[in-house]
Amino acid sequence: MTALLEVKNLSRSFGGLVAVKDVNFTLEAGRITALIGPNGAGKTTCFNLVAGSLSPTSGQVFFEGRQIDSTPPEIVCRMGIARTFQIVRPMRDMSVLENAMVGAFSWTKSVMEAKSKAYESLESVGLAGKANARTDQLTLPDRKMLETAKALSTRPKLLLLDEVMAGLRPTEAAGVVRVLQTLAEGGLTILLVEHVMRIVMEVASNVVVLHHGAKIAEGSPAEVVADQKVLDSYLGAGFHA
Amino acid sequence: MQKRFDGGPEIKRWLAGAMVFIVLAFVGSSADPYFISLMTIVLLFTFLGQSWNLMLGIGGQLSIGHALFVGLGAYSVGVLYVKYGISPWIGLFLGMIIAGSVGAALAWLSFRFEVRGIYFALLTIAAAEFARIMFSGWEFVGAMQGLFFPAPTGAIEFSMLRGGARFYYFVALALAALGIIGTELISRSYLGYVWRAMRDDEPAARALGVRTFRHKILVISVSAAAAAAGGGVLGLVQGSIFPDSIMGMGLSVDVLIGPVVGGLGTTFGPLIGSLAAIPLNHLMSAIGDNLRIPGLNNIAYGIVLILVVWFLPDGIWPAIVRLCKAIQAPSRLWLPHLRKAEE
Ligand SMILES: Nc1ncnc2c1ncn2[C@@H]1O[C@H](COP(=O)(O)OP(=O)(O)OP(=O)(O)O)[C@@H](O)[C@H]1O
Ligand SMILES: [Mg+2]
Repeated sequence: MTALLEVKNLSRSFGGLVAVKDVNFTLEAGRITALIGPNGAGKTTCFNLVAGSLSPTSGQVFFEGRQIDSTPPEIVCRMGIARTFQIVRPMRDMSVLENAMVGAFSWTKSVMEAKSKAYESLESVGLAGKANARTDQLTLPDRKMLETAKALSTRPKLLLLDEVMAGLRPTEAAGVVRVLQTLAEGGLTILLVEHVMRIVMEVASNVVVLHHGAKIAEGSPAEVVADQKVLDSYLGAGFHA
Repeated sequence: MQKRFDGGPEIKRWLAGAMVFIVLAFVGSSADPYFISLMTIVLLFTFLGQSWNLMLGIGGQLSIGHALFVGLGAYSVGVLYVKYGISPWIGLFLGMIIAGSVGAALAWLSFRFEVRGIYFALLTIAAAEFARIMFSGWEFVGAMQGLFFPAPTGAIEFSMLRGGARFYYFVALALAALGIIGTELISRSYLGYVWRAMRDDEPAARALGVRTFRHKILVISVSAAAAAAGGGVLGLVQGSIFPDSIMGMGLSVDVLIGPVVGGLGTTFGPLIGSLAAIPLNHLMSAIGDNLRIPGLNNIAYGIVLILVVWFLPDGIWPAIVRLCKAIQAPSRLWLPHLRKAEE
């Protein structure tokens, strides 16, 4: 097994609040891992620590063997890690297509090349038909897909997706799941924050569970949903896989 | 920040632009001397407005101290020509390098220490005021007495960038055209995309790999160099350079009136805005002189600015574009539900 990303004893506090507490996990190349846990568990904070938006209070992050924690986000992106924002951040005065082009300029200066990559990214998330729309004409689920397309345009090795399927209808979510599976088959590594357990069960080969900032369980989806700590703290007694 | 409304079929836009400049060229060959010199100022401020517009409208960085760069350009031309008889072409080149470097240094220092947004804008005022005071006391550059170019003989000397009013009109026209073409080319290149991304959402742009630190420095530096070129020509046109007028707050404001009135971030906004604002200013100051109401021009200026910001917050140019589109497709104007359906 080859670890693409390795998170070691990662902690981050905000004042007195410990948002991420001594978390360890590794991501294997070409696989989809889910990061789950109740609201406020520290999932987004973990993303921010990996992507360089935040520096850890202690601990390290290694990507392809190199230590990357506290590296500026644009450099982390150029190394091959792309992330979406849970609270979407479209470039308001640029079209959907132009939004999807920006990431491509991390590896090309050609506008033509960026445009064709952007179409490809939009195509894969089902937004190609809205390429010329303004971002404020998109529904929230579409804006989340735009976040995904923007990230894909950077040609990442590792993709961090923060609740991008929230608000999608089951059939639409199934479409996105297929896209993610195809991308993973093509070698892309994905770390996915997702609240809908059905989706987690379907796509993830490994699941990391956070609670109050600490990792309380890790394993295959089947193992995790059978874990008493996970049932108690997150899924609830009524959960049946 | 406003959306760029000057979308539309490519060729039509270039043709329309070319037409405007052909008309302006005819204006230069026929009209009377007063009109020519007024239009020269309009075109120079169009170019200065474009430089400012590139920085804010595309790069998202606000400067309220553009007079600093204008002044550096004017003084580079003035000192080399008046003191040493060196061609203004070289002065322009030197001025652009000096202003570009000063802009880059200012940006570097500022962003290095996390001074950004409105605080960076305040820093640009401080830098411009610092330079104005420094130049006011600097004997070598004429201090408060300023620098005077020798009176033009009327003969056109291209190598020395010297000639009469009509000559400078065409110089200013060429600059404005260069400004429009340059803005368009930058806007369509990868720089335009990453600068606009950085303008709209800096953290999101960084997450997509945009190295915003260097791009902010770059856009400010390019804007500063362009402003210096405009400043160099402005000095030649006015025939004299004084620190209080070429580096003063008033000039910084004059630079940004065009794009604000005409349309922020648009290619033609600075031209339209300058065409509207500068003649009004001159007209009102003439009326004010006649009626012995000093400052009438400033009052009128203020009122027009408030009206434009109030009724056309995008500026005049986007309003014209919207109107043209509405005329071409009346159904969009009258039947909003159709517009929805099309989208
Ligand atoms: N910048 C910040 N400053 C202060 N506190 C923060 C900051 N970011 C996150 N927190 C706190 O850290 C904790 C973890 O937040 P985080 O956003 O990582 O949770 P999450 O697991 O992503 O939750 P959700 O499922 O609601 O998105 C929360 O208590 C949150 O209030
Ligand atoms: Mg979150």
